[in-house]
Amino acid sequence: MVDTMSNGSMRALVVDDFQTIHQIMRRVLGALGIHDISDAVDGEKALEVLEKEGPFNLVLVDWYMPVMNGLDFVRAVRARRHHDSTKILMVTTEAEQESIVAALDAGADDYLMKPFTPEMVEEKLAILGLCPAKG
Amino acid sequence: MKPENTNYLRELVRSATGIVLEVEKEYLLEARLSPVAHREGLGDVESLVEMLRMNPDGVLRDMVLDAMTTNETSFFRDLHPFDALRQTILPQLMERRAETRTLNIWSAVCSSGQEPYSLLMMLSENFPELSSWNLNFLASDVSTSMIERARAGRYSQFEVSRGLPASFLVKYLSKVGQSWEMDAGLRKAVKFQVLNLVQPWPALPTMDIIMMRNVLIYFDNATKEKILRKACGCLRGDGYLFLGSSEVLMGLDVALQRTSIDGSWCYQPESRTPAVP
Repeated sequence: MVDTMSNGSMRALVVDDFQTIHQIMRRVLGALGIHDISDAVDGEKALEVLEKEGPFNLVLVDWYMPVMNGLDFVRAVRARRHHDSTKILMVTTEAEQESIVAALDAGADDYLMKPFTPEMVEEKLAILGLCPAKG
Repeated sequence: MKPENTNYLRELVRSATGIVLEVEKEYLLEARLSPVAHREGLGDVESLVEMLRMNPDGVLRDMVLDAMTTNETSFFRDLHPFDALRQTILPQLMERRAETRTLNIWSAVCSSGQEPYSLLMMLSENFPELSSWNLNFLASDVSTSMIERARAGRYSQFEVSRGLPASFLVKYLSKVGQSWEMDAGLRKAVKFQVLNLVQPWPALPTMDIIMMRNVLIYFDNATKEKILRKACGCLRGDGYLFLGSSEVLMGLDVALQRTSIDGSWCYQPESRTPAVP
């Protein structure tokens, strides 16, 4: 089990086929004191990173990606019980109610719709118990 | 903005709402009223004030007051009060009220409704037995348009992305076009009412829980005392009052004692049953 409350020791994995999102997330998470951040451009690469570099406290994963999409990635991670303590946040433009239900059913812990603000990321992390709630 | 126009707006806001705009907060006049001026085709805030002077009791006045009293809000804002209510306060109050099976809750500055709905979702998730209780839930705000929005319970994608867990989003709201609509049962469970904290209050039931967060900061000390004394007067002896996390009562003459519960500060009438440790 990895430490989930000390942001300095927290490790995050950003999975998105857009490099811009990696950069934005590095800035947003960095402002929250999370600096140990890896990234991957699709679900398959992300699984490799997870096994080689894991465990991670948090995975932020896009829905639509080549090779393996976000939903299949979430299912694959949740099938591997040794990542049970890793929180998975889907970060996607997909905003339909059925899609959110599908992501949660697959094992995502929460869901953030793009476009997002740094405050939204912070609030999601607070919900997941990964950073203190802001007053 | 011309000083006389700034003073006119400050006095209008103060006399109608009790909110005192300190000099360092005057930028809020320009920031919040420029969109109103543009929307109404008045160009800028100076023109808006000229129009207000000509017709000081018209609909424009309400728009100005709405814009100046609307607070930033989000679902489950600051999480800690919700933790305190869920883990400690509600189990305690439900035990004490087991005979009457009645709970009175007041969200006194509900803005567009995120706070009362957050509370109701939390109650529904954790205390389903309350569905057979007599739960009186009042939510009030000084702004008529905010009360209408809260009552409608419709939120943009941006708004539901602020603080609301996705599991609650899909369970308690439904997507309607581009908006998300709060569950009809939850909307019916709240009595929404326009209420100006600095004016005489209507008769209220004795409350078990009062949420009055992030509003006192706008008032001077005398007004804060008046509001808090009235809140204290309608709070049950073992009830709880929540203020914003940065609001303190230092220097105020009010009979409230501060207690820390589950990472949140809350207040109880003095010389009463102590909080559960």
